[in-house]
Amino acid sequence: MEVRNLICINCPMGCPLTVEMDGDEVISVSGNTCKRGDTYGRKEVTNPTRIVTSTVKVAGGEADMVSVKTKQDIPKGKIFECVKALKDVEVQAPVHIGDVIVSDVAGTGVDIVATRNVV
Amino acid sequence: MKNYDIVIVGGGPAGLAAAVSARQSGIESIIILERDKELGGILNQCIHNGFGLHTFKEELTGPEYADRFIAQVKELGIEYKLNTMVLDIGQDKTVTAMNREDGMFGIQAKAVVLAMGCRERPRGALNIPGYRPAGIYSAGTAQRLVNMEGYMPGREVVILGSGDIGLIMARRMTLEGAKVKVVAELMPYSGGLKRNIVQCLDDYGIPLKLSHTVVDIKGKERVEGITLAQVDEKNKPIPGTEEFYSCDTLLLSVGLIPENELSRGMGVAINPVTSGPKVNESLETNLEGVFACGNVLHVHDLVDFVSEEASAAGRNAAAYVKGSSAADAAPETEICLNPTAGVRYTVPSTIRVARMEDNLTVRFRVGGVYKNCFVSVYFDDERVIHRKRQVLAPGEMEEVKLTKEQLLQYPKLEQITFKIEEE
Repeated sequence: MEVRNLICINCPMGCPLTVEMDGDEVISVSGNTCKRGDTYGRKEVTNPTRIVTSTVKVAGGEADMVSVKTKQDIPKGKIFECVKALKDVEVQAPVHIGDVIVSDVAGTGVDIVATRNVV
Repeated sequence: MKNYDIVIVGGGPAGLAAAVSARQSGIESIIILERDKELGGILNQCIHNGFGLHTFKEELTGPEYADRFIAQVKELGIEYKLNTMVLDIGQDKTVTAMNREDGMFGIQAKAVVLAMGCRERPRGALNIPGYRPAGIYSAGTAQRLVNMEGYMPGREVVILGSGDIGLIMARRMTLEGAKVKVVAELMPYSGGLKRNIVQCLDDYGIPLKLSHTVVDIKGKERVEGITLAQVDEKNKPIPGTEEFYSCDTLLLSVGLIPENELSRGMGVAINPVTSGPKVNESLETNLEGVFACGNVLHVHDLVDFVSEEASAAGRNAAAYVKGSSAADAAPETEICLNPTAGVRYTVPSTIRVARMEDNLTVRFRVGGVYKNCFVSVYFDDERVIHRKRQVLAPGEMEEVKLTKEQLLQYPKLEQITFKIEEE
């Protein structure tokens, strides 16, 4: 049986997690103080994912850049591809929180959405 | 001169939450004065996620979190002025401010909420030898350049200091194509949150060198490289441990300092440990009717707790304006909070039981890394709280909750002592 010690990254509490594994199977997660910690522990040892945040250019608005994020977490291995896909994106103002900026980024099935309003 | 019941200085997370809660407590006449061109403060440049889990039970980015509060301020019709710099606040609560539209103007306030936030410690405060070439930025400046202005400060980066903004920028600049070579931290522990070490450094294979500092900066016009050295327990560089890193940029993430020029100017007493005002249970300073909250009071790790604290300040300012007669009638005994044995400070530093709300959160930081220890709270000589903790670190703010009911059981209580104990 393999034991992995992780720090939960879901919130700034940073709970120390202990994940017990048997091969690729997660047997137990302990040390977490909420349900998110359990989910994170299981995912992190099998298919680690992250929310990716960045910015894209915006034309004709009161700001030059609009901040964006992946609507859900994406596989860790796709982070750089995701950021690369945003490199030359330019949107037209107005942009509102939640507007889809790029759909299905880097083949992840996850959309990139705006996280601020630029009018 | 205009009159307002409550003037809030600063339209960042603290100012916004204070304004919303003051309005919800029934005060109509409120104005927020903000020096930037928009509300939201530092949250606008914190485009990463991880905000709001406590407040909204969902994970938001900085701008999204700010927008929740800005929307409430607008919905409640709370007045605010942007691009407005407060120049001076008198002890009589006359606020002098200026902007391009109104010129210089004065406001007479019944209560003032200080919510000016904090600033980054600059290079000048660090005694790093070497020239003063271009390419040295505080981490927050770099954050603003990358996230709001759309500029990259450099391509090859060394970061001094492991504060959260530095860690966040290590990841951000890596994603934008820069090579972050190393993060050096003077102390034997990180100043940032553990989760940021994991998701900003470990995820990208960026080394963190503890007990290391910059001993030389090479380059006259532009940074060409920096030399790191290991330090001993007195923080003195150890000869022979020097290592050269070529780079064009040095980011500094070496601490935040509450911005209290206005507070000092009006005679607010400052706690030398936090560099923020000394406050009582109502987050009121030594000046009656002057309240403080957020990073101007003490530097927080988490905006959710800033909002919580600022809401309390807003409620208390509202109660002050309305004049809470019940509390006035009660005897004014003051309990001192005494941080000792590993606890560096507490906010608040005094409690008047008659005036406290049913629950009070006391926040503090520890002075070093402690493992398998206890957070203990003594009411005079009696230990009433003894909480086991796996790890305590200076980078993570701690809290203890006290209740009014509990304190009322100790009518003769003079001092509450906070300490870290091994058993």
